[in-house]
Amino acid sequence: MGEFEVHRVRFFGLVPAGVRCLACQPRGGRLALARTDGTVEIYNFAANYFQEKVIPGHEARSVEALCWAAGGRLFGAGLGGDITEYDLARLCAARALDGCGGPIWSMAANGGGTQLAIGCEDGSVRLFQVVPGGIQFERNLDRRKGRILCLSWHPSGTHIAAGSIDIIRVINVSSGQTVQRIMVNYHVQKVKRECIVWSIAFLSSGTVVTSDSFGRVQFWDWDRGTLLESHTVSTSAVLSLAVSENEDSIVVGTSTGATYQFQLLPVKMGSLEKRWVRTKPFQHHTHDVRAVAHSSTALISGGLDAQLVIRPLMEKMQKKGYDAVLRKFTFPHRRLVSCARKARLLLFQFSQHLELWRLGSTDETGKDGEVLPLCRMPEHLVQLKSKGPEHIYCSCVSPCGSWVAYSTASRFHLYRVQYEGDGVSIEKVPKVPKLLLPAYQLQFSSDSGSLFVASHQGSVHVLQLLEPGGCKHLRTFRPPSGSSEAVYLLASSADGHWLATVGGDWVIHVYDLKCFKHHCTVPTYSCAVTALAIHPVTNNLVIAYSDQQLFEFSIPEKQYTAWSRTVQNCGLHKAWLERDSPITHIAFNPKNPSHILLHDIYMFCVLDKSLPLPDNNTLLMNQSTLKQLPETARQRQLHAFKICKKFQPLLFADLLDENCLVMVERPIMDIKTQLPLPIQQKKFGT
Amino acid sequence: MAALCESFTLCGLGPSGGVGLGGGLLALEPGPDPDHVLLTDRGRTATLFKVSDHKPLGCWSVKHGQIITCPVVCNFETHEYIAVHNDKVLRIWKNKDINLDKVFKATLSADVYRIHSLPNGGPVVLFKGGGVRTLDVLLEAPQQKIENVISDEVIKWSEAFTEGQYPVLIFATEKDGDFFVYVQKLKMNSLHKYKLEQQELSKPLNFTAYIKNHIITLLCLYSNDSVYKVLIPLHQNTEEEEQILSKSLLLNLSVSGSVLKGTSFVVVDKDHIAVLGSLAASGEESKECLTIWNTKFQTLQTLKELPLGTSGQLWCYEEKFFFTHGKVLTVIMYKCETSSLAAAVGKLKDSQTPDVSPFVNWNTLGDEELVVSLQSQQSVALKSESGMTLRSKRNTAEVQPDTLSVGQLLLNLKDASTTVLEDELRQLMSKAQMPDFQATIGCVITALINRCKTNPNYYPRNFLLQIVQTRDLSYSLCPDLMAVALEKKDVHLLQICLQRFPDIPEEITYACLKVFLSISEAYLQRIDVNLESVICYIDIEFNDKEVKTEIVENGFNAELEQDIWDTEFTKETHLMADGEFCPVGPQKAALLNAVLHSAYSDTFLLPHLKNLPAQQAVLFLRYLYYLYVKCSEKINTTLPGIRSPTINQIMDWMCLLLDAHFTVMVMLPEAKKLLSSLHKFVRAQVRFYSELNKIEGSLRELQRLNHQKDCQTYSIEVLELI
Repeated sequence: MGEFEVHRVRFFGLVPAGVRCLACQPRGGRLALARTDGTVEIYNFAANYFQEKVIPGHEARSVEALCWAAGGRLFGAGLGGDITEYDLARLCAARALDGCGGPIWSMAANGGGTQLAIGCEDGSVRLFQVVPGGIQFERNLDRRKGRILCLSWHPSGTHIAAGSIDIIRVINVSSGQTVQRIMVNYHVQKVKRECIVWSIAFLSSGTVVTSDSFGRVQFWDWDRGTLLESHTVSTSAVLSLAVSENEDSIVVGTSTGATYQFQLLPVKMGSLEKRWVRTKPFQHHTHDVRAVAHSSTALISGGLDAQLVIRPLMEKMQKKGYDAVLRKFTFPHRRLVSCARKARLLLFQFSQHLELWRLGSTDETGKDGEVLPLCRMPEHLVQLKSKGPEHIYCSCVSPCGSWVAYSTASRFHLYRVQYEGDGVSIEKVPKVPKLLLPAYQLQFSSDSGSLFVASHQGSVHVLQLLEPGGCKHLRTFRPPSGSSEAVYLLASSADGHWLATVGGDWVIHVYDLKCFKHHCTVPTYSCAVTALAIHPVTNNLVIAYSDQQLFEFSIPEKQYTAWSRTVQNCGLHKAWLERDSPITHIAFNPKNPSHILLHDIYMFCVLDKSLPLPDNNTLLMNQSTLKQLPETARQRQLHAFKICKKFQPLLFADLLDENCLVMVERPIMDIKTQLPLPIQQKKFGT
Repeated sequence: MAALCESFTLCGLGPSGGVGLGGGLLALEPGPDPDHVLLTDRGRTATLFKVSDHKPLGCWSVKHGQIITCPVVCNFETHEYIAVHNDKVLRIWKNKDINLDKVFKATLSADVYRIHSLPNGGPVVLFKGGGVRTLDVLLEAPQQKIENVISDEVIKWSEAFTEGQYPVLIFATEKDGDFFVYVQKLKMNSLHKYKLEQQELSKPLNFTAYIKNHIITLLCLYSNDSVYKVLIPLHQNTEEEEQILSKSLLLNLSVSGSVLKGTSFVVVDKDHIAVLGSLAASGEESKECLTIWNTKFQTLQTLKELPLGTSGQLWCYEEKFFFTHGKVLTVIMYKCETSSLAAAVGKLKDSQTPDVSPFVNWNTLGDEELVVSLQSQQSVALKSESGMTLRSKRNTAEVQPDTLSVGQLLLNLKDASTTVLEDELRQLMSKAQMPDFQATIGCVITALINRCKTNPNYYPRNFLLQIVQTRDLSYSLCPDLMAVALEKKDVHLLQICLQRFPDIPEEITYACLKVFLSISEAYLQRIDVNLESVICYIDIEFNDKEVKTEIVENGFNAELEQDIWDTEFTKETHLMADGEFCPVGPQKAALLNAVLHSAYSDTFLLPHLKNLPAQQAVLFLRYLYYLYVKCSEKINTTLPGIRSPTINQIMDWMCLLLDAHFTVMVMLPEAKKLLSSLHKFVRAQVRFYSELNKIEGSLRELQRLNHQKDCQTYSIEVLELI
């Protein structure tokens, strides 16, 4: 097939922010996650845990607690003192209300999702009513000294348990009075340290479960105020706790990175008496596990090491499948890198700045695996800092490299970059059209003549770029049937004829740019689209879904191609379907129309449509086998998927020209060195 | 209920077996620890066995010309062994002693009949004249006068007990058909003499006794096939001379018409005795068997036929019976539970049903039995537990004609001429794979070997070689084969056996080694031996001393060479030290390589290896040193050729040999030179490898630095996708 010159880039210094809190949608298939930088992400269980929505953070908006309420509404509260409701269709903070109690440490919704309770710095617990279009302050409950670090409603909604320092309180919601105070360090002799109750859960049986900074998970009878059981799980703090919906399993996370499961098990086989037993320990994290969640089939934990770990409970699994596999997500399921192929530039998107790099070059050639000597080093051309507290939603560099665009929640910026010899000058394009922001995705046309801006309600704006540095709003496309969801992926054809868009409803619309009209809709497939691209020669739209299916749709013919039908008939290889990270980028080789270049975090694949598809009996990753075979024997072993796993974790891969690739890696070790030191633990033999 | 359980062979007693040397056993005594027994043969040797491991732990012999006259016993307090040879010479030694010539010796003034060792009391010595001394008393003055108390009576049997912490000795004597019993209480120094009640037409054959409630119960096996009980009270103050002891019939050894002619018997528990004897039914030829009888209900509990014959001796320790069966010492475990009438009666009914053994003892495949086993050939190998059953069911008429053929053939050929026999057997071997072919071959070989044994001139060398070379045999399938080959000094067959058998006992491996080392080179040169293991590294024409080999590269340095030159070695030893010339001829080397290649366990080989004569040990060590130097010449430390010994095998044997002959090596002058050059060579190697270690450390560090360099932030690499 051929040799590629691979530019292996490891200078993208992305450090994903740690996970601060998690919230499983009650009886829903979604998980909300907040990071320490205020970013809120939504993962869809049904779409193979695809990260379907991201609401970028805001410097002033830390998130300490997330709550699903009133069905699918998501609320966040943080040390800023505000309760924020997120607009999940427009992917932004919709409205905020001051809690009036100083920094908010905790928030909990009642069983029906009609009321929110917040625990504040001043020791007060405040009730808010969830009303259409926002929340309303209801009343203050009994205020005592000491910040309220955690809250939990009794499932009946009559009482709230609140954890503070050294103490837990149970408050009667109707009277607002504290009906029970329990000193949690009463049993510990001569303790000088204060005991912080990090997390609390109120079970319907009346048992209050607490986890504290002494490393204990304790079960209390709230009525009598007595300790029922105490399990010391760690020498350091137990930071987080979550209970399963039917209250027979608890997951806790500790500051050593370990998580433990507790299960309510009969004392003897068949006995009615049950006790909480610590059953499974897991060590998936290296740092504090600040957040845990318990879905119906999995234990979910998020740590300061930025990892989201989904550990399925095998006893809840009916069959071996995608759900039954341990998943670890560190990187976002979307691309943060854009590439100017012609100019050989890379644009890296950080939370509040962009970096523009020029790739190096070599004039040597070599054999497989050789590292070629560089004749020019890569060059960091520009760092663009976003002004203001808002984080960047999206960014893009034009194929010629002379335009850079990015958007935040409220602002859209377009820059003209000029290269004079070794020098670079960057100039902001004034008077950009006033669009309804934010933009969720930006895409330059391949001739760098226009910019497509993905917007809310399924709309796409087309901006015409003007030399020497201007732009005008040309047109806005809207789906004919209307949509409430924002567009999150764009693809334009090389000939400038077609534009494909995907919104949060996963419907793919294709627009005709010549006639400025809606061309067609790709038949809906009930899974999230993770990447799409239009073939430069055939104008076939290649679509990758989060269940790892691949489709090829002919735009001119408005139907799936014959190859796509073959793929669906034969089915993809089992090993391909069992991969756990989504395809995040698709590219093509114009010189080889049958090739499709795909990548996810762990592999890079060239899909050769001219070769037979592998069946389940053949080896999917067969490159190393092929390399050992003589030329004649190779022919029989060839199949369509040519997979390379040399580059990991792979954030971005693209084809620069016919046989030149760029791979952007972010080694996990490089991230680890950026993180604060984890709690020192004595390990045997060290 | 009493039952005999599985049996196994503790050791062979044949000429090849190592113990007894054909003379039979003198006695078996408990060893210093549980599960150990001391075996004394009617010759010069005593052997300590660990019973559960079936392995000898130590072996001691007196000098040629001396003979052990009294069973070796163990002093349980000091863990010393006590033996008497030539009636009067007392020897006492410990486990670590090797040579009995160098251990404590005391010559006594009277002949010793037996020494009895008591678990909690010192050993007691009974002299032939009836005098009794504790060993301690005796050792204070070995030449003290021993009184003769029994005038011209002859001691037939003796036994010792501990009664109230003091030893009690009982012995029986005979004079002119009259039997007397003496009871000696050492504490009181009192001796009681009793006369056994006369029995018409029969006399006691054997005695056994136990003590309970201050009463000695003496059981006598009489020649009229009955066991009588005699009670002797210990506390008796009457000084009456020659009390007559009345006896009562305990048991009549007859069952449903057949009578057991007992030869020896032991007490199993309060209700059971075991009798070894021959069972003779009217009109049938008698057969030897081991029986357990219930004395309470006078019933036969269990019976085991011993078709190969016994020596008539039976011992019982720790729930095991020991007796010679054919040419081996067999151990049978037994179970004895409290008897009940139902069980006792129930057993009597099916006493014809033989016991069941989960093991097949290949040694028991005697001539006539072979036929029977072959009749039931298919079940022998597949269901070995039923093998014994079928074997002893010789009256079973269910004979299948086609399976009978091999057995019958062998039986028919028993008396055929040598050529006819070999032709027939060859035909048999060429037949297609029958079921249990392996077992059949075992039988064929056993048949051949038995023929060899009976006819010393007969030895089908080529035929045996052919079988061993073409079939996957094992030692356990034909245990006597190697013994016979050793006897005939058929070194080629031994070589092939060593190469092919996976389970050769260390004893035999040692015997092979000894034979190989002792055979003269001249004799070997005339013999066809497989040389493939040596041909690649030994200069066959080692007389041509002008052939200069290259300098040893690995482990040798100039300083060492210098060392060797400086030392005034004789030319011969210098050449040896250089490792240039093989100290043995190629034939012998090939044979020794076969020994080096065989599997062994240090623990079991070491005691045998100690017996290797010093000169042979030095020769062997010299050869091992030669091999070691040869190995070290190559960087991969392997010798070329097929089945050549590996460096690990060489090193293991070298260590083992040095362990076994440490003292010898220290003493012998020629060994001294060898050892010193060996030491120099090893020291040089150790230095060399420690240098290599240092290099390895540096290289690893360099490698690590290389890796670090790899982790740069940008590179352009070539990737090929196929």
